[in-house]
Amino acid sequence: MSKQRKAVALISGGLDSLLAAKTVIEQGVHVEGINFFTGFCVEGHTHAIRKKDKDKPKRNNALWSAEQLGIKLHIIDVIDEYKDVLINPKHGYGANMNPCLDCKIFMVHKAKEWIKENDFDFIITGEVIGQRPMSQRKDTMPVIAKESGADELLLRPLCAKNLPMTLPEREGWIDREKLHDFSGRTRKPQMALAGDFGFEDFAQPAGGCCFLTDKSYSDKLVDLWSARGDKEYDLDDIMLLKVGRHIRPNNNFKVIVAREDGEARFMQGYKKEFINMNCASHRGPLALIDGKPTKEDLVVAAQIVARYGQGRDAEKVDVTIREKEGVESQILVTPFKADEIPQEWFV
Amino acid sequence: MAKETLNAKRLLCPLPVIRTQDKVKTMNKGDVLEVVCTDPGVLQDIPAWCRINGHQLLETLSEEMEYTIILEVG
Ligand code: SF4
Repeated sequence: MSKQRKAVALISGGLDSLLAAKTVIEQGVHVEGINFFTGFCVEGHTHAIRKKDKDKPKRNNALWSAEQLGIKLHIIDVIDEYKDVLINPKHGYGANMNPCLDCKIFMVHKAKEWIKENDFDFIITGEVIGQRPMSQRKDTMPVIAKESGADELLLRPLCAKNLPMTLPEREGWIDREKLHDFSGRTRKPQMALAGDFGFEDFAQPAGGCCFLTDKSYSDKLVDLWSARGDKEYDLDDIMLLKVGRHIRPNNNFKVIVAREDGEARFMQGYKKEFINMNCASHRGPLALIDGKPTKEDLVVAAQIVARYGQGRDAEKVDVTIREKEGVESQILVTPFKADEIPQEWFV
Repeated sequence: MAKETLNAKRLLCPLPVIRTQDKVKTMNKGDVLEVVCTDPGVLQDIPAWCRINGHQLLETLSEEMEYTIILEVG
């Protein structure tokens, strides 16, 4: 009896990785999924911090995909290792701070290590030639295979017929004829295949799979780096870039003002790590102060915070400031008028 | 059978799932794990993770802003 071959599929939660894995499962290969958490992944839950997104499904799409496929899913925390990919991408950034090509190489490389440790035979991705301008082009496909070290062990079932033969095809573990020849930006073949497999309600994230493709998020990340003078970051930094209005009066501090209750609730969790403030005399949002503000800076921050509360038109408002150690103080400030906050302070 | 507790408060999904997955790897079949979280997303994600990986969900409790999920390692 021939050996049961095993493949690991990179599952992003999107349609293409779902279809690629299914195509290989259909050929009798044992498939398990792998999903990498970089810290920048767009998750239903992160959106759910904000009230306006409450109607969106809160499921994790990678878990949902695995469940549809009936396979195990291994979610790997790569937050720390990913820093090097984001900070020093050999192939550069895309339209925003997305280092897609280096990111793909990194993930396939991690998958290669995983199959070695777990005695699997090959790797599957949902890549399609021409689907994405930076990482999924005819000339980048071999770069990913080579620089990740996966080489011939990397199978792209959705466009395999447009690519040279890989080991699983040559060895007969996979029938090349039953693979696909998708190419270009059209989604029609994917939709048709999803229909054939009976998949419904799959995720079609308009902005791709991560925050790094988002302009406003990327701007905030660049601002953080330039204010600090280096490109280091930790998980709290990148989580907080996802919420609130970010206003930077100076390099040494910025004010993060909650835009609504969902964000305020999330930001409550950071009250012990950040100086924080809110208006005491009127209803108003919670704000976290990032950096090392001086006493004068805290007055400016309080005037900004007051601007976003119901006391914005009052002559004076009371603002409570809480230090990281929990010590509270109150100051009386005049809320900024809309035109008193310079446009360039808004990150 | 061992019973353990995992504190996953303040973590946003999928981190509570990842911490649960990593903890379960160190436990034995039949052991019970209680995961305490603050992201309501876990109410969907940890049960889904249990279903696909063969663990049994014993109980989910929601109290104010805290969510506790109790599972048996499969
Ligand atoms: S969109 Fe983000 S996760 Fe996807 S390849 Fe690009 S950098 Fe990586």
